[in-house]
Amino acid sequence: MTENHEPAMTRRQLARHAGWFGSAVVLTVTGGEVISHVIHNHDSALASAAAAATSSAELRFVQVSDSHIGFQGPANTDVTGSFNQAIEQINSLGYRPHFIMHTGDLTHLSTPAQFDQVRQMLTGLRTDRVFTVPGEHDSVGDAGRGYRAAFAADTVGEGWYSFDTHGVHFIALVNTLSLEKLGHLGADQIDFVRRDVAGLSSDTPVVVFSHIPLFAMYPQWGWGTDDALQVLGLLKRFASVTALNGHVHQLFTRVEGNVTFHSATTTAYPLPAPGHGPAPTPQVLPAGRLKTALGIRTVNYRQGAAALAVTDQRLA
Amino acid sequence: MYRNSRIRSRRVAALAGTLLVGGGLLAACSSPSHPAAASNTGISPGAGQSLAGTPGATGTGAATPGASAIPSMTMSMNAPTGGTTAAPVAGNAVTIKNFAFAPAAITVKAGTTVTWTNQDTDAHTVTSRQGSGGPLASAALGTGQSYTYTFTKPGTYAYLCTIHPYMTATVTVTP
Repeated sequence: MTENHEPAMTRRQLARHAGWFGSAVVLTVTGGEVISHVIHNHDSALASAAAAATSSAELRFVQVSDSHIGFQGPANTDVTGSFNQAIEQINSLGYRPHFIMHTGDLTHLSTPAQFDQVRQMLTGLRTDRVFTVPGEHDSVGDAGRGYRAAFAADTVGEGWYSFDTHGVHFIALVNTLSLEKLGHLGADQIDFVRRDVAGLSSDTPVVVFSHIPLFAMYPQWGWGTDDALQVLGLLKRFASVTALNGHVHQLFTRVEGNVTFHSATTTAYPLPAPGHGPAPTPQVLPAGRLKTALGIRTVNYRQGAAALAVTDQRLA
Repeated sequence: MYRNSRIRSRRVAALAGTLLVGGGLLAACSSPSHPAAASNTGISPGAGQSLAGTPGATGTGAATPGASAIPSMTMSMNAPTGGTTAAPVAGNAVTIKNFAFAPAAITVKAGTTVTWTNQDTDAHTVTSRQGSGGPLASAALGTGQSYTYTFTKPGTYAYLCTIHPYMTATVTVTP
């Protein structure tokens, strides 16, 4: 039981130590501006500069999403190749991310072979920890059992969990089970969040991961979560909340109150912009254009500087 | 087995935490309030939890709580196959096309067999709405694949595609 208290104390101590105080914590993501910047293997000067900029006080992690391993269609005839390219791009950033989060739709149809393949691919990421949340494509026909067997050891409930590093509290949510048009969290998970943040100081920066957006990006296509407001209500007292999701296969940013939402793009195939077309079907781009719609996301958080920066990169 | 793994990993987590508190005191940061990192990268699980996720290529499993609980990948889930048949021609047919069920509402007499056929390039399911207690539970239907169900009891059966849950439709069964 003692470990129940230790992390909360740790967070308070860390907050004191690192100086996350009230108005000092300002989210300075530049209004959803997307910065495209690619570091190539051969660009060693840039790479070493980036590596030098990494200090123990700076958190760097990567979000990757919607790899859809197993998808076969004209929108991307080689999703394995594109995901491998994303992995190579992460491994060539010039620094080693503290962790990598895959925000779901790891597979296309939740088959054992697809889970096995993506799990093996993820082990090639040069980082110390790989986290995941499931997408609805990872729980086809089995309510997420196959996903949990492959990825959800040491998670709570039906796969949700939280962790801390660099003074930031991270919550990984599952909103792709019990779907009824929109994403859904459920009472158990909302209770988990209530208990999880209860001991946190309000100046602790909070980052929330989910597959389906927690904001109403386009409910007609299911791009929202029906009970997300209950969780966002529990996070209202925090000065800085960042919600990172996948699902929509395109970059999108919105600020609502104390929360900044960032939808990530995919490594597999693009979907139309909200309302453009009758349904969110895989989009076939002109030859050679696919990679411009795919990408990875790096997120930096420098303690003391109190800034969270989200940078999206196209697949090179 | 899973439960045992969790218990073991919690013990490991507690141990690692203790060891690294000592390490923190020896590190450059001399403040006694320096956080107790529960892993070699300073990622610690939320209150009362073990650390989720899996080690990356550069992760050292031994120092990372939860790593010992990661199973050696033995998948027990079988590929869903039940209910999928070659596309038959049926009098009461629903087409799945352009990410929609068409028609979205049909009415049939009890005893009727309804056939859904996927004409999209992407996969879809025919699944009763959660909590409705409905009987529809197809596997993921690939292009050209069909699913059939014979309705024996009158009522309204709401269903959706679990992969694209904005795709909703109903079957009404009359006596």
